[in-house]
Amino acid sequence: MIFLGHVFFLVFMMNRIDAKFNELRKARKKAFIAFITAGDPDLQVTEDLALAFETAGVDILEIGVPFSDPMADGPIIQAASFRALQKGVTLKKILSTVKKIRESSQIPIALMSYYNPIFHFGIEKFILAAKEAGVDGLVIPDLPVEEAADLSRYAKGAGIATIFFLAPTTARERMPAIVKAATGFIYFVSVAGVTGAKKAVPSDIMRQIRLARTMTKKPICVGFGVSTSEQVKAMGRISDGVIVGSAIVKEIEKNVGQKDMIGRVARFVRHLAAVL
Amino acid sequence: MVSPDKLGHFGEFGGRFVPETLMAVLLELECEFKKAMKDPSFKKEFAAYLQNFAGRPTNLYHAERLSKQLKALKVYLKREDLLHTGAHKINNTLGQIILARRMGKTRIIAETGAGQHGVATATVSALFGLKCVIYMGAEDVVRQALNVVRMRLMGATVVPVTSGSKTLKDAMNEAIRDWVTNVNDTFYIIGSVAGPHPYPMMVREFQKIIGQEARRQFLKAEGDLPDYLLACVGGGSNAMGLFHAFFNDKAVKMIGVEAAGHGLNTHAHSAAIGKGTPGILHGSKSALLQDTDGQVQIAHSIAAGLDYPGVGPEHYYYKTIGRADYVSVDDKEAIAGVKLLSRSEGIIPALESAHAVAYLSKLAKRVKGRKTVIVCLSGRGDKDMGTIKEVM
Repeated sequence: MIFLGHVFFLVFMMNRIDAKFNELRKARKKAFIAFITAGDPDLQVTEDLALAFETAGVDILEIGVPFSDPMADGPIIQAASFRALQKGVTLKKILSTVKKIRESSQIPIALMSYYNPIFHFGIEKFILAAKEAGVDGLVIPDLPVEEAADLSRYAKGAGIATIFFLAPTTARERMPAIVKAATGFIYFVSVAGVTGAKKAVPSDIMRQIRLARTMTKKPICVGFGVSTSEQVKAMGRISDGVIVGSAIVKEIEKNVGQKDMIGRVARFVRHLAAVL
Repeated sequence: MVSPDKLGHFGEFGGRFVPETLMAVLLELECEFKKAMKDPSFKKEFAAYLQNFAGRPTNLYHAERLSKQLKALKVYLKREDLLHTGAHKINNTLGQIILARRMGKTRIIAETGAGQHGVATATVSALFGLKCVIYMGAEDVVRQALNVVRMRLMGATVVPVTSGSKTLKDAMNEAIRDWVTNVNDTFYIIGSVAGPHPYPMMVREFQKIIGQEARRQFLKAEGDLPDYLLACVGGGSNAMGLFHAFFNDKAVKMIGVEAAGHGLNTHAHSAAIGKGTPGILHGSKSALLQDTDGQVQIAHSIAAGLDYPGVGPEHYYYKTIGRADYVSVDDKEAIAGVKLLSRSEGIIPALESAHAVAYLSKLAKRVKGRKTVIVCLSGRGDKDMGTIKEVM
């Protein structure tokens, strides 16, 4: 019965991420996607930042669930994760924060979590809780499509987007399965590496994105190692959106304890978002 | 022969839970591994290195005085401790480095806890003239200082890992991060039957010679199969290496011994199967020590090589299908195991292997009549003298 309800819900209400891309497409604009780690430095800040980001030009908010073993993350997000865990942040508390954000904002929200916290929560139970809180999409860096059948099924039933990755190393043969399973958008990893990578964005991603475009009309957004407005602009030219994470998390860390911390971080983000 | 399914699942465990960037290299590795296993020239080269460099076959030694002491058990020791570098780890690193060279990789990385796998990896890297980087938790770098010297002496770069708990699991996180970043030229030699597919299967295949030899040697000595197999389990490579050849010998009981650390009722232990729940860490689904929010807990054991919150997925599979039993032995009992074997046989076992030795005393009380048992003596104890000195 719960499922029937969700199917109904789907018909009448489009996922916020899809709606956002429709709106951007009409306006011929690219999405600016901002990542922050939930609970860094605390969940009140996460809530305040979400609301401030919405007015600063952020199209989609990606909220990171801290994990003890963040193997896809570089030092900046590792440190943020560690700080958040020290504060006792949990998946349950993060869902409560999303719920609070939803009281006054319709900004599309994707949760970024390693798979274990979700698996341990219980996949079905988690999807229902995420839906209820107002989560629109899931980004799970250690869950390739081959292992995602269960999660995808429940997420689909709830109208939550499952955002899968393409990497510079992804072989042509695997691409169709990935772009088919991906909903919301496709997360294109710009460099082989962890988040916050410093290397210049290589030119062969053009070729990979072009190849993916021949297989899907879904939005493709580029992330990993994008930190400056020049990079945002360059990546925006070849994709449908740009994800900035470590640079924002670093800005938060820099401003912790400052009186106008939220305002300072929001200004930093507005500056990046403005170039798209 | 138990094969995982196409996606690397042993029952519901195993699989590949890695960032997309690594999928290509894992698929390539699986393909190259399968090719190598069918290639007589690979088998011949691997066998030659095992014999001439590592020192195989190892003895299956009848521990007479120990058996007399235990009364109810006739104990045979599979002497992996006699291998070059002092532990079974060299079997696997030789197999993987031959594969790395076939794949044209020029740089080797590995994680290490006690340093045994790090030493075995540095050894084969020197042997093959390949660049080698070893990730080791900063705490372990201090605890196992002599192994750090050994690795550096053989030309490896040892990188102390200061993130997280600064032990084996964090060293593995850092090795994975390196691999994601340098995936084109780098081969990651994982040291246990853990990690994403094909590693659990591949490492088992490179370690199964332990059981193949032991089975043959035991049959020759006793004209029958043993009643019990006994091995310590951290990630579980020496145990799987011993168990695998006996999988279809239903009468042979297998016992894996996990580290109970300060006790199973404390949080300071490494008994992933005994006290853990299903979870995902380092690329595979298996038993995992985790808190109520799915955060990985810090393991503890006096034996640095068992100090890991997870376990190889095939072991958890063996547990769920009832093929093997998993028990545990705490730090104090393990020390007693070191003393027991040292004094009864003149063999000083590694603290890891001492967990299996220590369980003999418990098993002796449990069995009816006289039973035969093979214990995998996975490593020698020289590396632990600092730790032993503190507790004696």
